[in-house]
Amino acid sequence: MFGLANPERFMRFSAPLVGPLWIAAGLLLAAGSWLSLTAPPDYQQGDSVRIMFVHVPAASMGLMAYAALGVSCLFSLVWRHPLADAAARAAAVPGAALTGLALITGAIWGKPMWGVWWTWGDARLVSVLVLFLFYLAWLALRAAIEDESKAARAAAVLGLVGLINLPIVKFSVDWWNTLHQPASLLRADGPSMTAAYLTPLLTMMAAYAVLFAAVWITGVRTEVMGRRLRTLRARRAMEA
Amino acid sequence: MSALLLLYRREVSLLWAGGGGPLLACGFALAVTAALPLAIGSEPVRLVPVAAGTTWIVLALASLLSLERLFERDHEDGALDLLALGPPTLEAVFAVKTAAQWTAVGLPLSLAAPVAALSLGLDPALAPLTAGAAALAGLAFAAVGALAAALSLGSKRGGLLVAVIALPLYAPPVIFGAGTVTAAQEGTSPGPALALLAAYALFACALTPFAGGAAIRNAQG
Repeated sequence: MFGLANPERFMRFSAPLVGPLWIAAGLLLAAGSWLSLTAPPDYQQGDSVRIMFVHVPAASMGLMAYAALGVSCLFSLVWRHPLADAAARAAAVPGAALTGLALITGAIWGKPMWGVWWTWGDARLVSVLVLFLFYLAWLALRAAIEDESKAARAAAVLGLVGLINLPIVKFSVDWWNTLHQPASLLRADGPSMTAAYLTPLLTMMAAYAVLFAAVWITGVRTEVMGRRLRTLRARRAMEA
Repeated sequence: MSALLLLYRREVSLLWAGGGGPLLACGFALAVTAALPLAIGSEPVRLVPVAAGTTWIVLALASLLSLERLFERDHEDGALDLLALGPPTLEAVFAVKTAAQWTAVGLPLSLAAPVAALSLGLDPALAPLTAGAAALAGLAFAAVGALAAALSLGSKRGGLLVAVIALPLYAPPVIFGAGTVTAAQEGTSPGPALALLAAYALFACALTPFAGGAAIRNAQG
């Protein structure tokens, strides 16, 4: 783990991984889409049940991406690895995009199923919205400070604060929800899922996980190469 | 200890005198409260159910006002560097600034909160509870807000950035603070919400100095 913090070693280690990861992500996405589109329509929800195959993986990977961001921030803060900052940065944009996708697909599913695009009555919606806002705040802070290393450390502190605070927000939103609106629209103890839906769902979750890994590693590699490029340019300018 | 006491007095008098103090915050709070009936209508049927909630939104927004200057002022004129060289640690400096922010903004706002809530039609018997819960929520707002201010030190768009960072983290005190008053309004016990509000405020006060100290040290770099 610590050996890979060396950018040189990370680049050598990750170079053969990038291609296969993208190919695996593409294959899994194709298979998942095929399975999702050929699954039988639900007896109650009809064809809109298929939105779940996009929505659930996006929501869970949005959360996982925050975990990746938070852990990267911890590494960046404690061991001051420049690679950890690149990792946090590379996780933030796909994480925000996945969370946004979860919110949008949730709204598209909610309109025919619940009759509304959005409801404040469901705690999960509100806590995912707060997660999305927190991603935006993190990205805004990371971009607002000019000095690169200072921006990295300030963002790392905020990432750690979020790692502690987001579960508290989640808990308090749940509590608020039970106070104001006891009957939730979604029930945790719904009917157990049949294999016809479980297989495409699990395939899509695997596809999103591999896709996130591919985007993440590519993002870190791009960042490292960008830094190298800046150093080379600076050196050439010095020599000229 | 006397150094910290001196710092506390300096911070409070700066916040009080610098034009960003309690009067501005309370004036802002009351102005936003006055805008609410203009937007949603003057009938008590509409206002009474949202009285507690509106009060907490107003408190959260008003407590953001002076945060931008809390560290930026000292960062610009070099006072923060002097504080870093002095005997108290930056964590202690952060805690003292949080306490000063609470004294100069949070406590005055906790007196404005019942005024705002009563003007929207809250039962006057709930005024003391509203003030107490607002004081506790103010402590959480001050601690979390000071952390946001310390994190955005050295950025070019300080004020807006502080608000964007702080508002998602303000969710728990807003929920529990408004929940306290709403529970009392509906005739149930406000105890659990008040206890959770106090827990969050104390938790924030205990942990934010460490993150805030790291953020200030980083900005000075």
